[in-house]
Amino acid sequence: MEFLRPATWDEALTLKAELPQAVPIAGGTDVMVELNFDRRRPPALLDLGGVAELGGWESDGAVVRLGASVPYTRIIEELSGPLPGLALAARTVGSPQIRNRGSVGGNLGAASPAGDSHPPLLAAGRGVQVEAASVRGTRLIPIDAFYLGVKRHALEPDELIRAVRIPVADGPQQFSKIGTRNAMVIAVCAFALALHPDDRTVGTGLGSAAPTPRRAVEAEEFLAGALAEGGLWESGGALDGAVARRFGELVAAAASPIDDVRGSAQYRRHALAVMARRTLAWCWAEYGERLERSAA
Amino acid sequence: MGAPGPRGVLRGEKNLEKITTDHPHGVGASAARPDGILKVRGEFAYSSDLWAEDMLWGTALRAPHARARIRSVDVSAALALPGVHAVLTHEDVPGRRTYGLEIEDQPVLAVDQVRYHGEPVAVVAADHPETARRAAAAIAVDYEVLEPICTEEQALDPARYGYVHAPAEYRGKAAGNVLHRQRVVSGGGVTDAVRARADVVVRGEYRVGMQDQAFLGPESGLAVPAEDGGVDLYVATQWLHVDRRQMAPVLGLPEEKVRISLAGVGGAFGGREDLSMQIHACLLAQRTGRPVKVVYGREESFFGHVHRHPATLRYEHGATRDGRLVYVDARIVLDGGAYASSSPAVVGNAASLGVGPYEVPHVSMEALALYTNNPPCGAMRGFGAVQACFAYESQLDRLAAALDMDPVELRQRNAVREGSLMPTGQRIDSPAPVAELLRRVKALPLPPAAGPDVRELPGALSNSTHGEGVVRGVGYAVGIKNVGFSEGFDDYSTARVRLEVIGGEPAAMVHTAAAEVGQGGVTVHGQIARTELGVERVTIHPADTGVGSAGSTSASRQTYMTGGAVRLACEAVREALFARGRARYGWTHDDLSLAGGKVVSAADGVLAGVAELLGGEYVEETRVYRHRPTQPLHPETGQGFGHVQYSFCAHRAVVDVDVELGLVRVVELAAAQDVGRAVNPSAVVGQIHGGSVQGLGLAVMEEIQVSEGKVRNPSFTDYLIPTILDTPPQPVDVLELADPHAPYGLRGAGEAPTLSSTPAVVSAIRAATGLTLDRVPVRPEHLTVQRPPTG
Ligand SMILES: Cc1cc2nc3c(=O)[nH]c(=O)nc-3n(C[C@H](O)[C@H](O)[C@H](O)COP(=O)(O)OP(=O)(O)OC[C@H]3O[C@@H](n4cnc5c(N)ncnc54)[C@H](O)[C@@H]3O)c2cc1C
Repeated sequence: MEFLRPATWDEALTLKAELPQAVPIAGGTDVMVELNFDRRRPPALLDLGGVAELGGWESDGAVVRLGASVPYTRIIEELSGPLPGLALAARTVGSPQIRNRGSVGGNLGAASPAGDSHPPLLAAGRGVQVEAASVRGTRLIPIDAFYLGVKRHALEPDELIRAVRIPVADGPQQFSKIGTRNAMVIAVCAFALALHPDDRTVGTGLGSAAPTPRRAVEAEEFLAGALAEGGLWESGGALDGAVARRFGELVAAAASPIDDVRGSAQYRRHALAVMARRTLAWCWAEYGERLERSAA
Repeated sequence: MGAPGPRGVLRGEKNLEKITTDHPHGVGASAARPDGILKVRGEFAYSSDLWAEDMLWGTALRAPHARARIRSVDVSAALALPGVHAVLTHEDVPGRRTYGLEIEDQPVLAVDQVRYHGEPVAVVAADHPETARRAAAAIAVDYEVLEPICTEEQALDPARYGYVHAPAEYRGKAAGNVLHRQRVVSGGGVTDAVRARADVVVRGEYRVGMQDQAFLGPESGLAVPAEDGGVDLYVATQWLHVDRRQMAPVLGLPEEKVRISLAGVGGAFGGREDLSMQIHACLLAQRTGRPVKVVYGREESFFGHVHRHPATLRYEHGATRDGRLVYVDARIVLDGGAYASSSPAVVGNAASLGVGPYEVPHVSMEALALYTNNPPCGAMRGFGAVQACFAYESQLDRLAAALDMDPVELRQRNAVREGSLMPTGQRIDSPAPVAELLRRVKALPLPPAAGPDVRELPGALSNSTHGEGVVRGVGYAVGIKNVGFSEGFDDYSTARVRLEVIGGEPAAMVHTAAAEVGQGGVTVHGQIARTELGVERVTIHPADTGVGSAGSTSASRQTYMTGGAVRLACEAVREALFARGRARYGWTHDDLSLAGGKVVSAADGVLAGVAELLGGEYVEETRVYRHRPTQPLHPETGQGFGHVQYSFCAHRAVVDVDVELGLVRVVELAAAQDVGRAVNPSAVVGQIHGGSVQGLGLAVMEEIQVSEGKVRNPSFTDYLIPTILDTPPQPVDVLELADPHAPYGLRGAGEAPTLSSTPAVVSAIRAATGLTLDRVPVRPEHLTVQRPPTG
């Protein structure tokens, strides 16, 4: 197996174009597992560790451009303010060692339905885009269009992920995950919620609940509608218990989970509904506090 | 009960023996482990680190089916690969083709059929591990896949579902697909008249899932062909001599030509009691004339060793209104899987310990193990007593509820004590402080309610609750485990001790074949030598078959047994030394001891230095230690003096349950255990902590999931074991009530804590949820969408 170590982004793109079967390796926390289990025997590894741009992030105040290789530890430390949902999800990934190596670019590259980055990216708003590049140029893939199937994504064989563009949070965001132990666990299912007061929309993301990560669109529309109808975006007033319950039901209904060693489909639906209600309560409480603070 | 000693260990008042020397690193001290620093720094050489010039790598091809006939095996493509040196099937086995711990029913390599998913069919040696794996994949096996026998119902109806082994092959007490059966009947059994005496009756059917030992160091070793035609094997195992006994006939060698040395062991917990890669590596070394190394990966490890028996346990308890047990009627069915392993002994334990540490006037108990096409099951820490403890303790909780009585009080009211009769008719003839252990865990202050930090809540960092749905529960349990080998087994251990002078200083060397698997045997054997010989310097010789058997590092027995042998050998060395003094100097004292490198008379003080007495020579003695004999259990009544010693531990578990999501966080797991004598108090606490966490794992997460005979989660991604965030604070209260029959009065300590922690945790979950919960591990589904009835 060849081991390619480009020093620059252009060199990386050239190598990927020349040898599209080369497997990119960022933190290696997925790639090395696949190699060790002999699930994959690529002709070459393309080590992105030498490409400086991938390891940094920048922000213009409206959008964060998150380099593909930025490890979870730095997301937690540096981006909890602008990207609270993603940072909460990052906290739940693996162990400290995995969080020191693993990246959102790698999570997207693996495109596992259980990847913890996906729900908060889906929830963070329409503007989330994966910046895919090749020697042919750069294109921006809307996050909704990125996940194609179990461990399949929208990248072309010669493309690499340069960064993910994520709008800075304009409202409360939450992330919850179910695991059968209290750390180091692949999600049985996961749920992310983001409130977007700027355009009065709601974002959701479901993990380990379908062949791909997905949104609960009906639930989003229902909740946004209920908030608008009651004038709640303006008032921050108490949420009706029935609204929270219906929201939970619609989230559960959006899932098409399976029975597997990690949990049953029935449990996954149940847990999604519970997480949806709870994260909604947390987000709404935070939203109310924010309104109060800005009024004062 | 005495002043607190180191690390919260309490000293009992009933110490039987006065230790001859109060050596600072001797018996009773928390001496440091000789292998501790190396292990912590990652410098310890494990068996997977073995290396020889010119060595080859061995690997096995394993069956992808649970039950299939082998029509043909074609190895030609594998042999044709460059770098491949040998490909062997059963046809290449020079001697006997089967082996086994108790019943020789397991083929070294599958002959004409495979009986479980992962059974080895062929082995390959190549000059690179990757080449070996590719070669194994190139072997063409033509299988005729058969319907596997997986359930109790299928196994017990061979006329309809067939046999796992041809009926003619059943050995021992096996018949049909029943591998072994043991009944225990006491007080005339449970008759209608007896039943009529019970005011309250509770029944339950309990299930225990398949737990794995989950040791971290995978099976591995290095076989080196020797010039005399024999083989030298370096391997991580639990019992060198029993490996050799099984290997030699297969290899077609006399035992003395199979020399085994212990390589660094990364945990065992019973999972290394059966052979794994030993014979395969030796066969390949014999064939190629080159050293052959075999190292399993994590996935292969799940197929490469036996697991804890899954069990179905049906219990009926009858009691009087004031909470006295009248009878227990029970049936325990253990899934032995495809091969016997140590199932018969596991059955014996389940049957004889199956009512727990309680006085029960009438018992009717039947325990059996079945052959199925599931993975073979055998030894794992707790050995048959774990499954039973979950069931009888669940029953005691159920009974307490039916009687509206405090569950601890109910247990104390029925607890055995010294002098009690077990259902086997064996009288407990050393301390059995069951009621006291329960009193101690109950008297501990309860931990405070969880704070706002998510790490203190169920789900922890997963951020699934900020307190919603969280309910606290408290539960208790106590268990009984036997120590040492039971049922008439000739259980012994050998030690060779040498006293010599090195650099002007007396030094002892202890040589045994005891497997250090992480339990700290090498530490306590050194402590014993220091205490008995009054020396500072003790070297532990690597364990090998150059000395007699030490028996297995299992059954909580090595401190007792090999410790006993080291003490005997030290006493012999001491006597030999004194004899020299008598011969040379005409001593007539009968008050001699060794201390500080000198021979000391109580009356006359220092008589001579050890160095002076030895001159340039050394004294060496080898001794065999046997515990007092036991008897086989009567096959129909289970009566007999079956066990050497009993060991007891009690737990109190405090849990927080997110009742909406079914997630559990164990907040605290307190234990109290009697260890007779804490030879190394900090090692004892370590055993209690480790055993308790293994029991916690069985309670809430650890299970090999098998469907239709296929293992579905052979990895640490999906076989979950507790992490440090799942491991609660564990206050430990250690009692030292000496057992007059045991060396230093000690009581084997390694297994008892594994028993009661599981039912204590489940009892606490029941208290939090009000659910009956009759199966472990408890999964989130069981607390939510597939809720059992409340009760
Ligand atoms: C013990 C353990 C625990 C884990 N726990 C979790 C968990 O809790 N939650 C979770 O979501 N995941 C978990 N994972 C999986 C893994 O850590 C994550 O998916 C992580 O985000 C992968 O990032 P990485 O940088 O290590 O990716 P790598 O392993 O380097 O790559 C992963 C995939 O992405 C591709 N890739 C990487 N970079 C690029 C790029 N720039 N452009 C195109 N393709 C690219 C690779 O070719 C590969 O296919 C765990 C893994 C382990 C070993």
